[in-house]
This record gives sequence, structure tokens and C-alpha cells, in this order.
Amino acid sequence: MPAKPKPVEGEKKVFMTGNEVVAWAAAAAGADCMYGYPITPQNEVMHYWTRLAPRFGRIFLQTEDELAAGFAVLGGVLAGRKCFTATAGPGNTLMQEPLSMAEMMRLPAVVVIQQRGGPSTGTVVYSQQEVMLTSFGGNGEGLRVVYSTSSHQDLYDYTIKAFNTAWRYRFPTFVLGDGYQGKMREPLVMYDPEVRGIELIPAEPFVGRPGTPGVDRPPAHLRNAYSIEEELYDVVTELVRQYEQVAPEIVEYEAFGVDGAVVVAVAHGVVFRAVKGVVRELRQQGAPVGYFRPITLRPFPVDELRRVAASGARVLVVESAYGQLARLVKEALSGLATEVQGIFKPGVLVGQEEIATRIKTLVQGG
Amino acid sequence: MARPVKILLAGEGGQGVQAVAEILAEAAYEKGREALYIPNFGIEQRGGVSLAFVQVGDEPIGPPRFETADLAVALSDRAVVRSRPYVGPETTFIYDSSIQANNLPQGVARLVAVPAIEVSTKELHPRVFNVLILGAVIGLTGVITVEEAKEAIERRLGHRFEKDPALRDLNYRAVERGAELVRGLI
Amino acid sequence: MQLQPAMPRSWRPETKPHKFCPGCGHGIVLRVLGEAIDDLGIQDRVVFGCDIGCSLLAWDFFNVDTVQTHHGRTTPVMVGMKRANPELIVVAYMGDGGGYAIGTQHLVNAATRNDRITVILVNNTQYGMTGGQMAPTTLPGQKTETTPYGRDPELTGYPMQGPEMVASITREGTYVARGTVARPRQLKEFVKRALQNQMAGRGFSFVEALSTCPTNWRTNAEDTWKFLEKEMTKYFRVGEVKVPQELAREKGEREDG
Repeated sequence: MPAKPKPVEGEKKVFMTGNEVVAWAAAAAGADCMYGYPITPQNEVMHYWTRLAPRFGRIFLQTEDELAAGFAVLGGVLAGRKCFTATAGPGNTLMQEPLSMAEMMRLPAVVVIQQRGGPSTGTVVYSQQEVMLTSFGGNGEGLRVVYSTSSHQDLYDYTIKAFNTAWRYRFPTFVLGDGYQGKMREPLVMYDPEVRGIELIPAEPFVGRPGTPGVDRPPAHLRNAYSIEEELYDVVTELVRQYEQVAPEIVEYEAFGVDGAVVVAVAHGVVFRAVKGVVRELRQQGAPVGYFRPITLRPFPVDELRRVAASGARVLVVESAYGQLARLVKEALSGLATEVQGIFKPGVLVGQEEIATRIKTLVQGG
Repeated sequence: MARPVKILLAGEGGQGVQAVAEILAEAAYEKGREALYIPNFGIEQRGGVSLAFVQVGDEPIGPPRFETADLAVALSDRAVVRSRPYVGPETTFIYDSSIQANNLPQGVARLVAVPAIEVSTKELHPRVFNVLILGAVIGLTGVITVEEAKEAIERRLGHRFEKDPALRDLNYRAVERGAELVRGLI
Repeated sequence: MQLQPAMPRSWRPETKPHKFCPGCGHGIVLRVLGEAIDDLGIQDRVVFGCDIGCSLLAWDFFNVDTVQTHHGRTTPVMVGMKRANPELIVVAYMGDGGGYAIGTQHLVNAATRNDRITVILVNNTQYGMTGGQMAPTTLPGQKTETTPYGRDPELTGYPMQGPEMVASITREGTYVARGTVARPRQLKEFVKRALQNQMAGRGFSFVEALSTCPTNWRTNAEDTWKFLEKEMTKYFRVGEVKVPQELAREKGEREDG
């Protein structure tokens, strides 16, 4: 591609919606193509991308549905370009088809999910109900990286990181936001990654490399179908081994006040913002409480959470879903005697008053 | 820990609620404060009540929506009903004086009737009704000054003012008038 | 002395003999495609995408970069690839199920967008790999695993006319043809022109190839050819359906069925 101006020069503070942030971050990360399909609440990602794309030599296609968007992303990735898509809800359901191909074939697709209420059409607004789908969707073993953002700064930072993670480790990588993040306006600092010392991992073609296949070089023969069970077993166990090998480098989390805590609240995304405020205030008042925020839902920070729980704290999972984060937490803590309780509010933001009341009750032994 | 000011705006589609919220939040941001604005945006929003949640503070704002507003502004009968879940004993509740008073929330800190529709229609122009509301909100909360509001409006609509300078005067006057209407009620 | 039949240069000898059933038409279509690639000298630029069905067996067939995709999704993969790197000559290879059932959405939209890709669709009137179920191209009265008493047009309509549909929704610049493995020289001409249309950047190119499946048709050699040449041609007309003016002028005259 011919040299074009950089979408973000230096650093600058801005005030914009989350969907706009995603478009700029993808451009700053060097994404060349977005293939997408309209679905609320991520449409503006496409609106902003189509406006900035011609200025910076990037391309876009609105496809006929999410299946085509996802598969077109795979085609672009195979051709050696950084490609991404964005979707939500029922679109995320459809996206599982191409994403399982990406898992099997180690294709570095990047997908931004702005969660909305489900199941089915649900609401176009908000939820945290796509945790399972994004982490383990498709007919595979969930060999994916999922970053859960809780602020616009996160959206910017982790959209850039998603491209690097995808092209370095070659697993489909997700930025898991939600409709509130997509539509709200708040400040953040946009930056040229170079200015921050962030190396952008280059894309490489899987097909169409120089030379005649079979003459100058071996042909690329890329498959995802196998005839024999044992062959599949070998392929999948090797994929899992490679995933588990790099997982420790990828895992991210955030924790506060967990040492000696009697109650640890676990939350992600915008719910974490509510939990953070409550826990910090209670802590200031002297309550022995803390929080744990998984930033990567996949791979989940299992060891780190187990260390926190080993001290004997009670865990309160707070989410805008009916136990999807809790499922990941319980699996991570299996074998420990930790009591896991939950505030489950599918499709609605959890209120700070309710969180505070519940934590205080738990602290008092209730 | 200083809590942010929480402002809820509710009105009919077309009354300019979202524009007010956006200008307010952006002006606070430009002033160097922390601000967060989010509209409601469900499927029934078309033809339903438009809600805007604005928070302004000194520290990064927490969750994007709040449970109880410090200031709630309702610009129509339906908006009064729609905003009730967000009011509490500490809330200042502003409503346009043209609204029937039988649906107003009980148990709020202050109920303030503002003749916004009347004043904007008679003295200014119906199209700056929402800017007048902006003035009232500023007057009551002080999250930004009238001057800062004018700067924010200039940033947003300056290109239109070039073609029609009278529009600038109209908008500026509306902000001032809105602040005037609530002076002394703090 | 054993004489080997001449193999296209773009074929991969190490994976021959291939895995298709005896009497399968894929072998002929792929030979025709291989020869076309050789004639046009594009072995280093072609990327071959195959669907999931019997076409999946072609994943290591050529000395050409190949990607196996998902059922019905070869078209959008190759669309995404071509737009990301227009230097590549992309071929989306599929069966009648992948193109006319699960993948019709993508076929119609790629055609309407005039995506510069070449779709080669092998029509053997049923779903081969999965055991012979009805396809959109199954003939009225034809017995398949899901129409054991014969396809009833009252219940399930008539065979889909893919090339005619593509021709009717596309504009000047598109190349559309239907060939048959019964006339490999003609089919090769169609495939070459389809590829040339992509190389010239003119538009969407689509070739349907009538083909055989004695395994699921449960026919002997004689009946296989009879079905292909006498029965299928009642519903599927062989010949070019749409030729860009430039391409027609280049060749001087058109071949018809």
C-alpha cells in the first residue's frame, strides 16, 4: 500500500463515543480492511471507518450478512492484511461460523463485540450476555483471546493490542465491549503507538507469497477438515498446547484490596466501574473488601484469582448476565472451598447502591 | 471522594434533549473536567421519550448511568413519568411550567417550574428552547459557566452562525435567559 | 512401458491419484482448470478456494495456494481476499449445495457487487459427500436420499437455474457460462474466459459445470453419461449465457451448446 498520512499523530486528548474510538484505534493499529454488517449498537464503527478509510488508504466492504463479513475477514487475513469486523448479539451468533474456521486454521482475525441484550433479538442496548459466546462460541475449544474493556481508554488501548496479539500468537482475538461503551462519550488519549514505544506486529500473507508453488516454493495447502479421528486429535491437542503455552503472556487482570479481604467483588466491563467505586469507598471507610477485574476473559486469569481466593475471602460476582462470568469464576476456583455468590442482572447495569448493600451484608457474615 | 454531579434530561424527540446533553458534557470536558454523557437508545426511542444522562466531576466517572439524579429536567408530560425512577430525596426536579402538575414526583428536594417553552416562544424563538434549558441547567448546577456554554455552542454551530449571525445572538441570549430564569433558586 | 496421461503443470503429482470416486466429474473439471491455469501462465498468482462437500478433497490437489473454507462460504472468503490483494487471481470452487443453497446469498451479492472473482460451480444434482441428498439442482422425479420417491416439483419447485439467475442480476462486464464434463474442450474454453475476465479486471465470472456422480446416482457408466447428456440438459442449457463485449470481440465468435 502506498504511504499515507498516519491516522493519529503524536498524542491527543479527545472526547468521543466508544464506537468512534474503535475506528480510530483500528486505523492507528494499521488495520487495512474492515468488512462489516449493520447491527446496533456497533454501526457507528462502520460509519466512522468509512469516513476515515479513504483518507488513510484503507478499505471497507459492507457485506450481505455477518457470515460474509467474518469469512471475508478471513480472506483478507489470508492475503496478509490486518482485517477486522465488529458485531453484536445475533450477529455474534452468526460470527461463530467463521470464527471456528479461524480457530482451527490459526487465522489472526480481530473482532469487536458491543454486547446487547439477549437471547435472540433481545435489546439493542446493553448487556454482558455474550461472554460465553465470545469466549467459547463455535464448535471448538475456545482457543481465542478475549479482552473485556471498561473505558474508552481501554477500547483504544486494547483494540490496538488486539491486532498485535492476533498477529503475534495467531488466535482469533476479540475486544468485548457493550452498547453503553459504544454510545457513551467520555475523554481518552489517542496516540500513535510508535510514540508510546508500542511495536506493531506486521501482517504476513498465508497465500500468494512470491514464487511459483511447487516450483520455487511449496504450495500453501490450508485445510480445516480431517478424515480420521486420530488425526484430528493430534491437530487439536497441538493447538491447545500452543494456546496454553502462550496464555501466561497474554493474561491480564486488575486487583485492589485483595490482601486480607473478607469479600472480593469480581466484575468486568462497565460493571467493573460500578464495583470499583463502591469498593474504594468502602475500603476508605475501613471495610476489608477488595475487587478483582479479569481483563482477559480468555485466557482467564485462573492462577491469579486462585491466589486471591486462597486467603479465604468470599467472592461476589457482579454482572449484567445470568451467571456467565460466574461460570468462568467457578471453573477457575474449582477445588477451593471459596463461596461464590452473585448479583446477576441480565441486560441492565448493576446499581452501586445494591452492590454496596450486598458487600456490606457479606462482610457482616450474612 | 467527590461525587460527580448527575444530571438527567428527559423530553420528547425533537425537543433537543440530546443536543443539550452533548454540549454540556463537551463544554465540561473542554474546561478540563471529567465528563460522561450517554443517551438512551432502545428500539422504541423513535416516538418515545428521549433521555440523556450527563455526569460531570473531578475524577473519572464511574458507571455511565446512575440511579438517582442530582438534577432532573423534564420537558413534557411523558418525560415527567419517564424520569421518575431516577429521582430521590436529594433531587432538584425541573419541569416546564406548561406541564400538568398532577404527575410530578413527590419527596424530591426541590420542584422548580421553569417557563421555558413560554419564554422561548414569546421572547426568543422555539428553536432555541433547548438552549434555554441548557442555560437553566448551568444556572442551577454551575458545572460550567454561561461563557463556557457559549463557547461550546460556538464550536458546535459556528459554521451556521457564519451564514446567519442573528442565530448566534439568539442562542447566546437563550443561554443567558435560561440562567436568569433559575437565578435565586439555588 | 507405462504411459501416464499428461498432467497439467499446475497439478500436484504427489497427491495423485486423487481421492475422488471413479467416474466423478470433479477430476475432469479440475483438469480443465489446471490446463487453463497453465495456458494463462498464472500458477503463481492463483489462489484456489474450495468449499466443504466433495470439493474439499481438492485442498491439496494443485501446486497452487489453496484454502479450504466452510460450506457455502468460499465466495465471501475469496471476495475478502481479492479486495485485500487484487493482484491475486482467486477461484471459488464449490458444488451445487454450496453455491445454490447455503451459499446463494453470497453468490447473489458477489455477483451484484461485480466482485472480480471467478466462481466455478460443479453441478451433479445432489449433495455428494453427505450421501446424496436433494439439492436445488435435483431434477423433477429424480430419486435422492431425501426424495426417495422422486423430487416433487409441487413440494419443492424446479431445479435452480444458477447461470441464468446470475446473468439476469448482473451488468455488462460479467461472464457467465454453463459447460459440461461431457465436452471438456468447451468447458476449458469457458473456464479460460472466466479467468481472463478476472485478469482484465472486468467483473464477476461464473461457470457452472454439469458433472457426474455415479456413486450417489447409483448408475453404471452408460447410464451415468446418459443422465448427464440426455436428462440434465433438459433443464440445464449448455453454452455461454453472458459474455462481456470485449471478450466476445477478442474471440471473434462464440461457442454455443
